[in-house]
Amino acid sequence: MTQAASRAPAASAAGVRMRLRRGLVLVGLLPFAAFAVVFLLIPTALLVIRGLVGPSGRFSLANVSQLTAPQYIDAYRTSITLSAITAAGGGVAGFLLAWAVVSGGLPRRLRSVAFTFSGVAANFAGVPLAFAFASTLGPLGLLTVFMRNSLHYDPYTHGFTLFGFTGLAITYLYFQIPLMLLVVTPAITGLRREWPEAAASLGASPFTYWRRVAFPILRLPLLGGMLLLFGNSFGAYATAYALTTGLINLAPLLIGQEMTGNVVYNPGLGSALALGMVVVMSITFAFYALLRRRAARWGT
Amino acid sequence: MGHVRARSRPSAGALAVLGLAVIFFVLPLAATVQFSLQHGSQAITLAPYQEIVSDPLFWGSLQFSVTMALLTIVLGMLVVVPAAYWVRLRLPQAHGVVEFICLLPFVVPGVVLAIGLARAYGSGNAGPLSNFQVLLVGAYTVLSLPFLFRAVDSGLRAIDVRTLTEAALSLGAGWPAVLWRVVLPNIRAGLLAGAFLVFAIVLGEYTIASLLGFSTLGVYTELEGAAHAHAAAALVVLSFALVWSCIGLMQIVSGGGTRMLEGGGAR
Repeated sequence: MTQAASRAPAASAAGVRMRLRRGLVLVGLLPFAAFAVVFLLIPTALLVIRGLVGPSGRFSLANVSQLTAPQYIDAYRTSITLSAITAAGGGVAGFLLAWAVVSGGLPRRLRSVAFTFSGVAANFAGVPLAFAFASTLGPLGLLTVFMRNSLHYDPYTHGFTLFGFTGLAITYLYFQIPLMLLVVTPAITGLRREWPEAAASLGASPFTYWRRVAFPILRLPLLGGMLLLFGNSFGAYATAYALTTGLINLAPLLIGQEMTGNVVYNPGLGSALALGMVVVMSITFAFYALLRRRAARWGT
Repeated sequence: MGHVRARSRPSAGALAVLGLAVIFFVLPLAATVQFSLQHGSQAITLAPYQEIVSDPLFWGSLQFSVTMALLTIVLGMLVVVPAAYWVRLRLPQAHGVVEFICLLPFVVPGVVLAIGLARAYGSGNAGPLSNFQVLLVGAYTVLSLPFLFRAVDSGLRAIDVRTLTEAALSLGAGWPAVLWRVVLPNIRAGLLAGAFLVFAIVLGEYTIASLLGFSTLGVYTELEGAAHAHAAAALVVLSFALVWSCIGLMQIVSGGGTRMLEGGGAR
């Protein structure tokens, strides 16, 4: 009786263990793996490979070498410049805003309002965002008309246009700044309240505290956030397309044109352009992952 | 006490930064609202909104976008939940790989994904994959992988997956019951939060939809903008309200968590 009772749970535990193992076949990673292969890996790999294959079907750099034409170099240069500027500007502004909200002595309730709004604004991109800025800074926008009538300064007679590089950069900040705020806030909250006091009691000025304590800790998260912003802007298509009606020379817009054949149809070149974009994005995120790992070691 | 008060007094710099931010973020919204309330010579009118709601094309594209969003959520859950669960339960060494694949959509821009899918399967000899609606839902699911995986994975991290599973199995539950009645209820908040975020992203998506040739809400807004600017502004106000309520709901169900929001959807 005692023997049987002690054996029964052991048997059922073994049964559970066996079913855990058998479940591997049933649930497994199969749906996920199949989905990733069919919808993500094959389409991307095909496009990238086609960028590296010539008309004869063999490996060739013919498509990639087309990228050295001035028009395409210019598209990548514009894309990278736009992304770098909005990443740096959005990064600094987003950091200042996060800093003000977290440690500026503002009411605590403001923090969750800022977070929720940032969540919305970081996802409020594309066509609606282009429209919102056209209503503000377009030739007949609210702010333009106000400047023209009340300040007697017409930005459009002074070389400004919303539908070019500068206008696009300003528009991108609308989703870049909130994204930076969301990414960098945890690092700022990680700074202890006691640290500035400890530094002050050791005779450090607020500037010294910043230079010797806060900045060294925040440097990696800041840089990581800016890399994320860079990638975020580099892959952006809808906002630029809607705002400039596809006229600005950016890498993503070029790919769309080459592939759909609205203007010119050259799928080999389109594949090479896509390959270039994936390469730039991969480098960006490799650095981002590296920074994340180093930041994790610091515990921030 | 006095010390605490002194700490909570806002600094001038913080107020200045906040003031500038409020202007920068509110002005475009205010301008859009103002623009959406004009029509012809009328200063304030709801005519643009009436124009939108009386346009069958609007309802058609809204219905299409909502359908795509719901299908994306269902497919995303079916793909992500078992994988995240299984990795936690049996294959912790595969966690890095699954997470890496779920972050890949950040590296592959929407343009590249849309054109890659159309090139790979669009020619018509790939069975159901040659159906562009299937490709659209697939592409949207790819877009939402990072958000869904993060939501599900952090939900699973908070519970003891192994103990719960073994307990359920030893009580005689089958695998469907384990997933449906034990695991899912425990990560419901994270799932709901992920679903709202995906809904908001898909509803406003433009790039993939336009390249694959569908008239989603985003594509309709673009077309409407070319023809009727005021009506388009009204549409933007409506879609902003929609995104706002989705993200708001997301934050409520996830208890104010912001971890999910890193990284944007479709730009």
